[in-house]
Amino acid sequence: MTQLGFFIDVAKCVGCKTCMIACKDKKDLPVGRNFRRVVEYAGGEWEEVDGAWAQDVYAYYVSIACNECADPACVKVCPTGAHAKRSSNGLVLIEREKCIGCRACEQACPYGAPQFDAVAKKMTKCDACVDLLAKGQQPACVAACPQRAIEFGDVVALRAKHGALAAIAPLPLPATKPSLVVNAPRTAKASGDKSGTVYR
Amino acid sequence: MSRRSGGRLIPRREFLQQSAAVAALAAAGTPVMPVARALAQSAATGETVTWTSCVVNCGSRCPMRVVSKGGKVTRIEPEFDVADGCAVPQARPCQRGRSMRERLYAKERLLYPMKRVGKRGEGKFERISWDEALDTVAGKLKDTIAKYGNEAIYFHYGSGNQAFVSNRNAAMRFLNCIGGYLNFYGDYSAGQTIAAWPYTYGEFSYVGFGNGAGSLASQIANAKLYVTFGNNQAVTRTSGIGQTWEIACAKEAGKTRTIMIDPIYTDSALGKEDEWVAIRPGTDAALVEGIAYVLITENLVDQDFLDKYCVGYDEKTLPASAPKNSDYKSYILGKGPDGVAKTPAWAAKVCGVPAANIARLAREIGGTRPVYISQGWGPQRQANGEQTARAIAMLPILTGNIGLPGTNTGAREGDAWLGEVSLPRPANPIKAAIPCFLWTDAIARGREMTAKRDGVRGVDQLKQPIKFMWVHQSNTLINQHSDINRTHKTLQDDKKCEFILVVDNQMTPTARYADILLPATMMMESPDMAADSYASGRYTFLVAMQKAVEPLGEAKSNYDICRELSRRMGVEQKFTEGRSLEQWIEWCYAETRKKHPSLPEFAEFWQKGLVKVQPATHDGIVLKDFRADPVKNKLKTPSGKIEIYSERLAKIASEWELPKGDVISALPKYVATWDSPSDVKAKKYPLQAFGFHGPGRTHSTYHNIPWLRETHPDLVMLNPRDARKRGIKTGDKVKVFNDRGALVMPAKVTPRIMPGVIAMPQGAWYKPRPDGIDEGGAINMLTSQRPSPLAKANPSHTNLVDVRKA
Repeated sequence: MTQLGFFIDVAKCVGCKTCMIACKDKKDLPVGRNFRRVVEYAGGEWEEVDGAWAQDVYAYYVSIACNECADPACVKVCPTGAHAKRSSNGLVLIEREKCIGCRACEQACPYGAPQFDAVAKKMTKCDACVDLLAKGQQPACVAACPQRAIEFGDVVALRAKHGALAAIAPLPLPATKPSLVVNAPRTAKASGDKSGTVYR
Repeated sequence: MSRRSGGRLIPRREFLQQSAAVAALAAAGTPVMPVARALAQSAATGETVTWTSCVVNCGSRCPMRVVSKGGKVTRIEPEFDVADGCAVPQARPCQRGRSMRERLYAKERLLYPMKRVGKRGEGKFERISWDEALDTVAGKLKDTIAKYGNEAIYFHYGSGNQAFVSNRNAAMRFLNCIGGYLNFYGDYSAGQTIAAWPYTYGEFSYVGFGNGAGSLASQIANAKLYVTFGNNQAVTRTSGIGQTWEIACAKEAGKTRTIMIDPIYTDSALGKEDEWVAIRPGTDAALVEGIAYVLITENLVDQDFLDKYCVGYDEKTLPASAPKNSDYKSYILGKGPDGVAKTPAWAAKVCGVPAANIARLAREIGGTRPVYISQGWGPQRQANGEQTARAIAMLPILTGNIGLPGTNTGAREGDAWLGEVSLPRPANPIKAAIPCFLWTDAIARGREMTAKRDGVRGVDQLKQPIKFMWVHQSNTLINQHSDINRTHKTLQDDKKCEFILVVDNQMTPTARYADILLPATMMMESPDMAADSYASGRYTFLVAMQKAVEPLGEAKSNYDICRELSRRMGVEQKFTEGRSLEQWIEWCYAETRKKHPSLPEFAEFWQKGLVKVQPATHDGIVLKDFRADPVKNKLKTPSGKIEIYSERLAKIASEWELPKGDVISALPKYVATWDSPSDVKAKKYPLQAFGFHGPGRTHSTYHNIPWLRETHPDLVMLNPRDARKRGIKTGDKVKVFNDRGALVMPAKVTPRIMPGVIAMPQGAWYKPRPDGIDEGGAINMLTSQRPSPLAKANPSHTNLVDVRKA
């Protein structure tokens, strides 16, 4: 079975959030509903030295959508089977008709991927732009990134190319076996680090 | 093709038929261009794809694909179906361009001509017909000319539309046809550098590879060290076919060590830098002097370079007119008139960088070859900005890192330029010009303004104050000009400036001050053309801005608005030369093509939508010829050399009438100014404040886009130390204030800004509460209209304020 997933090059990311806007434009998402989200993590201290300032400040952004987990928490808690993992490509998708809008998946997902549509009373989320994949194109966020910091494809190949790291702070430890590969910047802190502040 | 079809652009139906034919070719295996492929695909979905360009003032002009269905734009796409890379990247617009659909359909879109019915600035309007609106404007123009002459008409600084034809050129062209208008010079972006740079290097240029430009960022690949001051490319040059990408490619190729100097740990840093040097705003020149002290005392300067190529480093090359000990070396070592040695310890107190770090920086810069040194435009947007711009250039000059592979002049990273030709304008019969920043003065006290006091050019003194303002896609009337409260008072009195015309596509704060408000089309609603601009680095292209949908409401293109007015003023033939908007686009393309014969025929260009052109190969190293032979390739300075000591500035300093505290000097020097940390006002207002370019807008454009306000909210950055003292937490609503005004906005407590400094993204739309306090973060509530000494330009980043919980 192929398992598709994302590679996020945090070292290249500049936090512009073009990925979020491209996603919103492609998926017609209103304010408040974001299939892709970019969080900022920043920390460090300042110390006065003879009227001047020394510091060890760090900061970076992490862009996250659905991580197409190998052990998806959302699927486990879905009472109707609407949230399911496709055997052909490992994508975790919501079957809209089956969704009763109970929001259990929203509570379960450690990445905040499920985004509730309060108007339709249905859960929605990143579907890796399956329509574009069918046409041989890349997901909207991948094609959009001005810094070429997002890749999508067979996660085995992505790991072979970029390594096996699946989390840095403020992402949680990879308990759900996310199909996610991360390249850490020089300044990155390990998952679980609490030295910095998360800005959403 | 175009000539056979009567000089018109290809009609839409024919365009689609042609693309069907191209699709058939594609099926037959003939290689075709991406647009044609997209159109072929769209036949099944009912979607059409056209091209446009984000022609707001960011200098990248990103090309983008516009997908429409049923007469509406449904989404924006990047270029995705061609190869991507460092040499020829895909055109990937940033978050702003990608929000274009929301801007097109924003609730603030202007749909009909309107006239003011309330007090000026109140924002009360009544819909009128185009005839009434245009007749009113024409009547006011005639009255103004009869009563005050053409010098009382001012075409206002603005940069909201950078297409080739329906841009500000159309309005200036029209005004020149009716006798001209009061000119402006300089700009709000880099005014101090524009004025200062020629005194050092003989000229200034945003683009191309002349002696006043910057070396291409690609040269960073050849450098061992890249040092940049106040330069957040990740936000100001975000485009995926622009300089942030170019720099990322160069750094990857060269493994170039990077030092970023900035009051903020910017989005260009984030670990991409090897060292962040946190510096107090406006003190870059002091840091440079501390570095220079170490370079000189530890013999790390390139003495041969300074002797051969420069004037005024030491006594040897000081001009005859210069007083003794007025050379740079004496100044730095404390042997000049001020007697102050510019040691790292001295500099540390001023700029906030520890003395040990300054010495280490100096040794690294002095001990590495080659070093690429550049500056953004933040450092110069200060009351001492002309000094700062020239001071930063001293680092490459002192170390001889100039005119060689991997070097730069200290200017901002360079930009390849096609020399594209846009709508021409005949010469302006009015010769008088004011610094673009002094227009509020020209309204209030025009007749007092002189060359030596106010930088008036073309005449010694203005004859008339401004009585008629033409404001085209500009938000500089109130939002982007300093001291909003003062500007409001100037504008609200309609006995002073008697008439304000605003042409725009959104109901901006500026539009609220219009007497007549005309709705302009947006890109996608009218054909035009664009090229990469001053911030696309090595990448060059032309974009056919194809009409995708009908204009909303009664919006008209700026060209057609001016044509209608030219008819009413009896100069239609002179204005149009018999050409329609579409024919002028063709004309511009043909003139541009004369410079680049490899460009396709117009019809092919128009069908392709995006054409990437490589201009004649140039490695982008500025001053390469001068370095190779300084006698044969003299600079345009009086000496033909790099002028560290400028006799011209010495002369200006002795002749101009300057207010107390303003300094113009032959040498580039750190000058402590009003509203700097050493000002006595710092006791009352202890924080330095500035408005940086944020990722959520391009200046004030895109402010009204909900997606961008969600992803990039307006927050004022405070260091945790300053926040703690004031009991402020992230998310708290705070008041930022000084004697000029006040605003309220939410706080972001973050270590990414140095203590003693606060900052917010500039460009938030002015939204006054009944008590006069701005709600949301319009930085110009806090800024001053006192101009910088030499350029008479905007000191936007020179502000002392305090903050408290609102």
